[in-house]
This record gives sequence, structure tokens and C-alpha cells, in this order.
Amino acid sequence: MTGSAAALLAAGGRGPADDPARLPRLFPAGGGPAGLADHLAAHGAPPYRGGPGRLIADVAESGLTGRGGAAFPVSRKLAAVAAAGRAAVVVANGAESEPLSAKDAALLRYSPHLVLDGLQLAAEAVGARRAVLYLHEGLITAERLDALFSERRSAGLDEAAADVVIAPPRFLSGQETAVVSVLNGGAALPAFTPPRPFERGVGGAPTLVQNVETLAHLALIARYGGAWFRGLGTADEPGSMLATVRQADGGSAAMEAAIGTPLADLVVLGDHVQAVLVGGYHGTWLPASRAGSLALSNASLRSAGASPGAGVLAALPAGRCGLAETARVVRYLALESAGQCGPCLNGLPRIAAALADLAGSRPGSRVIADLDRWAGQTEARGACHHPDGTVRFVRSALRVFAAEIRCHRQGRCTATSGQPFLPVPAGPAGDDDWRRP
Amino acid sequence: MSSQLRVNPIACAGHGLCAELLPEMISLDEWGYPVLDGQRVPPGLERQARSAVASCPALALLLSPAGSEETQSMRRPAS
Repeated sequence: MTGSAAALLAAGGRGPADDPARLPRLFPAGGGPAGLADHLAAHGAPPYRGGPGRLIADVAESGLTGRGGAAFPVSRKLAAVAAAGRAAVVVANGAESEPLSAKDAALLRYSPHLVLDGLQLAAEAVGARRAVLYLHEGLITAERLDALFSERRSAGLDEAAADVVIAPPRFLSGQETAVVSVLNGGAALPAFTPPRPFERGVGGAPTLVQNVETLAHLALIARYGGAWFRGLGTADEPGSMLATVRQADGGSAAMEAAIGTPLADLVVLGDHVQAVLVGGYHGTWLPASRAGSLALSNASLRSAGASPGAGVLAALPAGRCGLAETARVVRYLALESAGQCGPCLNGLPRIAAALADLAGSRPGSRVIADLDRWAGQTEARGACHHPDGTVRFVRSALRVFAAEIRCHRQGRCTATSGQPFLPVPAGPAGDDDWRRP
Repeated sequence: MSSQLRVNPIACAGHGLCAELLPEMISLDEWGYPVLDGQRVPPGLERQARSAVASCPALALLLSPAGSEETQSMRRPAS
């Protein structure tokens, strides 16, 4: 336990250290957004370790993985950047571009200082002098950001120079190599690797890019330890994670859950739900009955060909057409291709057009064969995972909505409402907005 | 030491020379972009593989030692 947490307990309060199984961990116990005073009362100042590398063993013990969707072990990324032995750059990635996800926005609104503590502690761990908060415009007002950083400066909380960079309004803006490109003054386009950002990133420096939620967990691990972090979750996938859940009634909320929580505890299931989308628009459709037997963990969801991704869950109500929903989303995803890689540039628009055909009445007889072939030609052939995630989403739709496809072939659709359910940003983004505003 | 081919899909412009020079290992998809067979380059094809790499007008075909970061990293998760 660190000094600040010990002092808090000595003062008589029951701190997070007393109860590793208590939720929420990341959101303030009081309910409202945590100002700096609330934050310091709950957690104390960031417990710097006095030099690079020293926090990494605690993070390794915790088993923390990246919460941006890929679940890569955080201690390995920290170690790789620290091992470069040069002045590094650390980026808190809050460019939450998935239209169904709102957990990073909620975290930045309710617990911004936990994220910024994590950014600073990660900076110390890898030997970084620059710490960047990277996020979409409108997530927090510029006035609020200025206030956050100035109150931290007054309190002397930050060791690395902190700045804010606004992400271009594109789906791929948060992709790790695209983040580095924007910070280098370029467009939000994924790059071919190697070199990976940990080898050569912002300004040529070894660069650590971590999702904002990941850094908030790291800020707690630095205070309460790796064993504390394992007080929730499963042995293989410890801790809690944030999820954004869109219920069949259209209501949406960000929430924190232990990894391994049954999906049925998060999503209201029943006859009014026909399918659940797990992992967002790069994720997997599951029949509602199947979703009800699974849990929020990679181990459980893998058995159904799915993964939690960044924690997006959406219940598609009965009476909507899963094919129409999928076609609308895939059109959006095709428009959000960076257009750099031939298979993605050629494949996604054709897949989107075929799905639009399938979503209509009496689709062409070759449409399924075309989709299968194009999916195979598009998958795993890009510099980033955009084509792979899109293909995963499409293939799951063809499986889960197979009965609907048979109806459409006969000129019928089971939907009772044609109103769009899944959110897609209005209008295609322009070609000129790949750069920071 | 055996080696492995990889395409830089951003640099690749679909000229298709690689598939002409190394049809044993490279085919083209219906849009003209190379599809690799994913195998290590057999010793008997090393020379043709190097020639295909050298002939790519976009410098998009790469040959690296099998199992190296260059050939593995495509499947490593991003952050």
C-alpha cells in the first residue's frame, strides 16, 4: 500500500484498498463527477515511484490488459517502451470513435483526474517527458480541459509536460498508428508496421498509446497494488471493465462490471430481444438465447466466436430487421475505410452494396456467394484491423439473421418497424477531415 | 534460414508483377492485389522470391526471416 492510501485509512475512512471487490472502482462513489478535491480525498496524490520501470512489476502482477478493445497485456507494452531507453511519449487515447460506445466519454466526465493520474504514472514508468491527452472534440469543453490541467498544475500533481490534441472526427482516429500520425502532424491514417509506435512513434520517440480507461485502472493499481486489482474478475482476466449497454428500448448507459459478469446481468433479455451485438461494429451478432448463456470475458465469448472488445453491448429489439441494421452500419464502415489498402478499398464497398441488396426485397441469387468470396478476399489483408472487424460483423449477421434472409428471398421482411435502431453518424464524413481541426 | 514474404498493403498498387514472377506462391484477387500462400519460401524458390521483391514497382513486397517481427506483427493486437 502506498503512503497516501495509508494516510487516508489512518484518518478513519474506508478506502478502496479495504474492499477490492467493491464496484464501482473507476466512477466516483458519490455519483457526481469527481472534482480534484473529491479525487484527492478518495485516492490521494499519484504515488510516483521515483524512476522509470518501477511500476511495471505491479502492473504485471495485476494482469491488466488494454481496454480499448484488443486486450493486450499492459505491462508488456510498458516494458517495451521503457526498454528503448530513450525519452518516450505517452498518449492517453480517448478518441472513442465507435458510435455505440460512450464509456470513455463517461469516464473523462466523471473521473478525469484518475485518467490524468494514470497518464502521469505511465509516463514515469516508461521515462516519458511528454504526456498527451488525445480525444475527439466535444467530449469535454475546452474550458473544462483548461480548468482540469490548471488545477493539477496548482496542486503540483504532474511530472511530465501535459498537452491536449484533438482527434479528427473519423472512425479510425483512435487506431494506434493513426494516433501517432496525427501527433506527428499528419492525417489520422493507419500505418504499415513495423516500426511499431513503441519502437518509433511521435517525433521518432518510443511511444506508449493506451486507452483512457486502461490508464485509470493503472492509476488505481499504482495505489492499491496488483493483488487488489485481482479482487474482481476471473483468474485469467482480472479486474473490472467499463461497458456501454444499449437496451432494446433504446436506452443507453455506460457501466462498470467485473470481468466475467453474465451478459444477462447487463442486458435485459427476453422475447422482446432477437439478437445481441457484442463488441460493437467490429464485433459479433449473437442470437439473444445464446447471449443469455455467456459472460463478459474473452474466455466465455470466444466459445461463440465473439470478444468483449471495448465493452459495447446492444440488444436488437424484435420487430427490427437485422439485415437492414447491418447493411446501414456496414455502409458507414465502408465510408470510414482509410482507402489505403486495395482489399479494403475494393472489398468494403462491394460488401456494403451486397448487404443493401440483401436487406431489400428478393435479393439477387448470387449475393451470398459474392459476400462469402469478398469477405475472404478482404479479411486479414489490410495494414489495420478495420477490414477484419467489418468482415467479422458481416459474417455474424449472415449466421444470426439466416431466417430473415430466407424471408427476404420470398419477398417478405419480418420487421414491424423500419426506424433505424443502431446509431450511425449523420452523413458521410468529408474527405478533408482526416486531419486534426 | 528460411524466409517469408509479406505485402505492405498501403504501398501495394496492384501492379501484379509479383504474381507473374512467383506464381507458385502468389496469386491475384479479383481486384488485382496479391494473395500470398502464407508458406515459408522453399529453398528452390528463394531466387524467384528475391527477384519478385526487387521487381515490385511500389517496393511493397518484402522478404524477411520467417518468424521475425516483420512477418508476425500483422496479427498482433493494436492498443
